[in-house]
Amino acid sequence: MSAPEAPETAGYAGTRVPRVEDARLLTGHGTYVDDVTRPGMLHACFVRSPLARAKILGIDTAGALALDGVHAVLVAEDLNPGVHEQWYTLIGRDSPDTPRPPLAEDEVRFVGDPVALVIADDRYIAEDAVEQVVVDYDPLPPVVDYVTARESGELVHAAYPGNLAGELAGPPLDQLAPAFDEAALVVRETIYQQAYAQVPIETRGLVTEWSAATGELTIWTATQSPHEVRLFCSRLLGLPEHRVRVMTRDTGGGFGQKVVPQREDMCIMLAALKVPGALKWIEDRQENLLSAGQSRHEHADARIAFDADGGILAAAIDYTQDVGAYPVPWPVGTAAAVGMFFPGPYRIPQATWSTACVFSNTTGRNAYRGPWQFESVARELLLDAGARRLGLDPAELRRRNLLRRDELPYFNPNGMPYDDITPLETFEQALQMLDYESFRKEQEQARAQGRFLGVGTCTYVEPTTAAMALHATEGATIRIEPSGKVNVYVSGGSAGNSIETTVVQLTADALGAAIEDVNTIQGDTAVTPFGGGTGGSRSGSMTAGAIADTAAVLRERITAIAAHRLEADAGDVELTDGWARVRGTPDSGVSFAEIANLAYFQPEALPPGVPAGLEASGRYRPEAPIIWANASHVCTCEVDVVTGKVTLLRYIVSEDCGPMINPNVVEGQIAGGTVQGIGGVLYEHLAYDEDGNPVTTTFMDYLLPTTTDVPDIEYGHIETHSPGPGGYKGVGEGGAIGAPPAVINAVADALAPFGVEITRLPLSPAAIVALVDEAQSRQTGESA
Amino acid sequence: MTDVDIQLKVNGTVRRATVPPRLVLADFLRVNCGLTGTHLGCEHGVCGACTILLDGEAVRACLVFAVQADGSEITTIEGIAAPDGALSPVQAAFRDHHGLQCGFCTPGFVISATALLQENPAPTDEEIREGLSGNLCRCTGYQGILNAVRAAADPGTD
Repeated sequence: MSAPEAPETAGYAGTRVPRVEDARLLTGHGTYVDDVTRPGMLHACFVRSPLARAKILGIDTAGALALDGVHAVLVAEDLNPGVHEQWYTLIGRDSPDTPRPPLAEDEVRFVGDPVALVIADDRYIAEDAVEQVVVDYDPLPPVVDYVTARESGELVHAAYPGNLAGELAGPPLDQLAPAFDEAALVVRETIYQQAYAQVPIETRGLVTEWSAATGELTIWTATQSPHEVRLFCSRLLGLPEHRVRVMTRDTGGGFGQKVVPQREDMCIMLAALKVPGALKWIEDRQENLLSAGQSRHEHADARIAFDADGGILAAAIDYTQDVGAYPVPWPVGTAAAVGMFFPGPYRIPQATWSTACVFSNTTGRNAYRGPWQFESVARELLLDAGARRLGLDPAELRRRNLLRRDELPYFNPNGMPYDDITPLETFEQALQMLDYESFRKEQEQARAQGRFLGVGTCTYVEPTTAAMALHATEGATIRIEPSGKVNVYVSGGSAGNSIETTVVQLTADALGAAIEDVNTIQGDTAVTPFGGGTGGSRSGSMTAGAIADTAAVLRERITAIAAHRLEADAGDVELTDGWARVRGTPDSGVSFAEIANLAYFQPEALPPGVPAGLEASGRYRPEAPIIWANASHVCTCEVDVVTGKVTLLRYIVSEDCGPMINPNVVEGQIAGGTVQGIGGVLYEHLAYDEDGNPVTTTFMDYLLPTTTDVPDIEYGHIETHSPGPGGYKGVGEGGAIGAPPAVINAVADALAPFGVEITRLPLSPAAIVALVDEAQSRQTGESA
Repeated sequence: MTDVDIQLKVNGTVRRATVPPRLVLADFLRVNCGLTGTHLGCEHGVCGACTILLDGEAVRACLVFAVQADGSEITTIEGIAAPDGALSPVQAAFRDHHGLQCGFCTPGFVISATALLQENPAPTDEEIREGLSGNLCRCTGYQGILNAVRAAADPGTD
């Protein structure tokens, strides 16, 4: 038989393959949860607390129930007793946890706390009915400010004295006293970051459909992890896992908010068993900004000791975070990561840390892209402050302290075992792309003209693909169908991370199939292997492992069948472009279609010992518990000291995420995370007034970056292989970690002539003007 | 209030309906017409995900009542590609330049960009940024979107 000539280069990984998701998403044919409609579907809307803290004395539902089209108004005593077990696989059954009732029981604990659930024919009627539910509240003094919450006489949860959800610590700070006492310089600041949030453009939502006759519950939802939703729901309702089916085709962004089901999701799951048909809840934007969670609200007393040459001697951080009233999931472990990673990619002989999670009467803390991001904020601000005080250029100070490759593997002073990272290389590459020396000259000339330019950097090391609990393994099933076309099944959790395209690329390469012959099926727990889904910068590396392990079985089988058919040695058979060929004879071969035909329909013609069919399942378990990635962000800006406006001039990210499976996807992830970080410094603030009223519950108040705010992002790549499959590393979260310190440092550098030190965020125009004014009056006072 | 009879043309198809006066056009398109490509991201006119063409002009379908669209001609994202599925130049540019990730904001961006280029076929970079500043994206950092619209405006430079 005659085969098409083998392509010169096989390998889709590493190329800018167009996305397989795009055709449907560009034409309005995606399937997001709100696009799902079921026969007789009812609609849910929550009654939410207007007060930050109050006793619930009574709930009168009569007015709501009297409306046409209202089916039910459910309160805590209707729903909450339905909870069988409530814990996240991500955290584990036996871990300590914080309270998480579906509906508020005796007390509301933040504005937006769900109190009752209205179920009606459509969302319009449901919202009408919400207005008719009368809740009798007895207001209580709220604990609004987490900074003072530990000293407050009021408690968010009675069982937690001092409003402390949990604390952890490294060795006592006293052990570091000699290093700090003998240092040429100790920089110590208390740095405060404001609350901001993930804010996916698609809000949360789910559709449930309970079949009492068969005992099956089907859920369509916006999630990063369909299998976690299934497991959680089966435990919550006491249903066998295989009687719950979760389906997610398209999720409109998650960024951590959709990693695990939250309280509203629990309510809808519980209510599903109480309504006659399907039930839909789609959160509106105000609810999302009220109740879908907050992140980044934290501060730390951080210190770094330097010798006279700028060498770092020791570092310590005492960190406190706001966990709101109902954190999701348990926050204490993630908080500790801030302490553990505070030394970053620098050579630091000694360090310690302590972390505390504090309740407040605000929306609960949850995961947001690089949840430990504050380690970089605190460290990188202090490094710039240290350089200014030592009279050193901040780039030079970092050069002296960044880890070199010949020092790897390296245990940071908190025991984190770094390897396969290149912080000095990414840093130098980014500075070179900017032409740092030229910028310093330009800055000097601008200052002479009364214009204030600045440059800021951040270099970080990031744990990706952490392989534990829910995230310990990932599975794949590959079916070469009887026609030779390929379907590959993985857990999915597609939320903008291009995981469908990635899986198609990796599978085509792993099998030697033509990419147009490969299709992927994801997000349906009934047909996909169990997997942890999208989160923790794990999808690329973990699915690469799952696909490689599974495809290896099929390659062996295809090769054996082809060798038998072609009367060749198996060792001489090559698989490319959907053909098996004998090395050196490119014009003869057997196609996957023919091999599949044999495997399914002529099993008697298979070589001895080769099983029929071309289907395999595998489960990948990484050897490395963590894959380290690193990057350097460099940003330049101009600050208008009269209006406080910050204009970003250039923005450069040099990163080492190993070989890139698809550079478009990598750069898209970096850009998205970076702009979220820019937003977090300059625009975004999930703010509360002193009574605990949220004041940013629309997009007119909660400001996201727009096309007119963002710089063109320039990318540099350094490529070091990880110990994982393909040498790949994670890249999903880093942009949101590296951007804030770079932007803050750039603004601080621009304002350095005024003697400004930045320790409070966000850097709104008003905040910048105030910083400049304060510094000027301080200088005037000093010179008077 | 009593329901109101309306008639409008959506993607070339005449639609007659009797709707409550408070029914928002976006809900009419999504629920009554089954055109779920028009997405709701904020329902207060800021995010732009629900942008459609109403008599050729880009408007936010969450800020218009269905009854206000009586007698009008509407194009939604489902009406942008050719009937055989071939992408419009703007859609193709978004695909070629990684102008979308999760895709939720994408219909609004495609419609806004289409309207922008119809009005101004050769916009400057600043005009592109200004023209798209009423649409929010949380995934892309706008990099791919801006590149896509630059390329769609001037296919020769691609």
